[in-house]
Amino acid sequence: MSQFKKLLIEPLRKANPITVLVLGICSCLAVTAQLKPALVMGASVTVVTALSNLIISLLRKGIPARIRIIVQLVVVATLVILVDQFLKAFVYDVSKQLSVFVGLIITNCIVMGRLEAFAMSHKPWESFLDGLGNGLGYSLILVIVAFSRELFGSGTLFGYQVVPQSFYEAGYQNNGLMILPPMALVVVGVIIWINNSKTESK
Amino acid sequence: MSLFNLFIKSVFVDNMIFAYFLGMCSYLAVSKTVKTSFGLGVAVTFVLVVTVPINFLVNKYLLAPGALAWLSPKFATVDLSFLTYILFIAIIAAIVQILEMVIEKFSPALYSALGIFLPLIAVNCAILGCALFMQERGFSDIGEAAVFGLGSGLGWLLAIVGIAAIREKIRYSHIPKGLQGVGIAFIITGLMGIAFMAFMGIKL
Repeated sequence: MSQFKKLLIEPLRKANPITVLVLGICSCLAVTAQLKPALVMGASVTVVTALSNLIISLLRKGIPARIRIIVQLVVVATLVILVDQFLKAFVYDVSKQLSVFVGLIITNCIVMGRLEAFAMSHKPWESFLDGLGNGLGYSLILVIVAFSRELFGSGTLFGYQVVPQSFYEAGYQNNGLMILPPMALVVVGVIIWINNSKTESK
Repeated sequence: MSLFNLFIKSVFVDNMIFAYFLGMCSYLAVSKTVKTSFGLGVAVTFVLVVTVPINFLVNKYLLAPGALAWLSPKFATVDLSFLTYILFIAIIAAIVQILEMVIEKFSPALYSALGIFLPLIAVNCAILGCALFMQERGFSDIGEAAVFGLGSGLGWLLAIVGIAAIREKIRYSHIPKGLQGVGIAFIITGLMGIAFMAFMGIKL
């Protein structure tokens, strides 16, 4: 596998930011009750990680080590403002649903973590791919969690009914617990469990 | 809403961790022993009590639509709210830095207890999240903002000390192999969250 491809693929499973490194849980769980906001959130985070990695990597030789955190925060905050304005302009209803969680991308540990651990010491193109890979790894988990929560919680996907009416007539009920915040944690816990057992057995 | 109600609500009902998942990263990383997690919880509460009122003032006199009217009537139509994120995070980072220096100067004992946690806090989502919630809910005066900060901080403290105590207890339990460590911490947090949901029914 070429080096670039590895940078892109590895964060999806083996070094997934959420399940393996346990970063960026903060903002991810509250948006996963439905698939659509989760997808938008994942895309936003991917854009922010990729671009901030690129920018910091371009600037890395000029940033004094002592104030690097502030410099990183300012770069990330600027990008997040751009994303936020973009969402407000084009998908207003989703941006209302995400409310403060778009702003919280700034303090998402994935973004800061990748900047610290990777972009400060690597070339721009590699950093960009690394950011993209990590953003996608984050989105992947977000989408899995949102998929199971929306499917079992409300019987819909993207707001469309997928559990047929005949199921309900036969006594099937939506599991209201899945919609509530604590279940997101349990679902992530189970995903981590599956992931760990798989990687261990190899 | 009276201040006391607001306080109870922000500690139990709108708990930062169980209702909004804010500050989860440090919550999971530091909750291995009760002592350190108590230190971090106190530091978070402290920073929240200081930063939320300051961000409240910044929001009221600088960022909200028409907030600059006190400078001159000419500015009454200016809306700087798109600068919220960058200004809030800069203020939080600066205050954390200043706090660190002040504590180091005046109270070495407190510094040695909180010192290592303070830099962590600048990027703790609970701090920024609390400031953003404060802006979204539109509190009317600085007292409410301060009580909201205090309540959210104590709620966070409660949660992290709770899970640290549980994690200390289960250290020698037989947990399935893949679930050890973070996996079980997630599930415990979920269960604690379900327990905390009992508070949701309280009418204040």
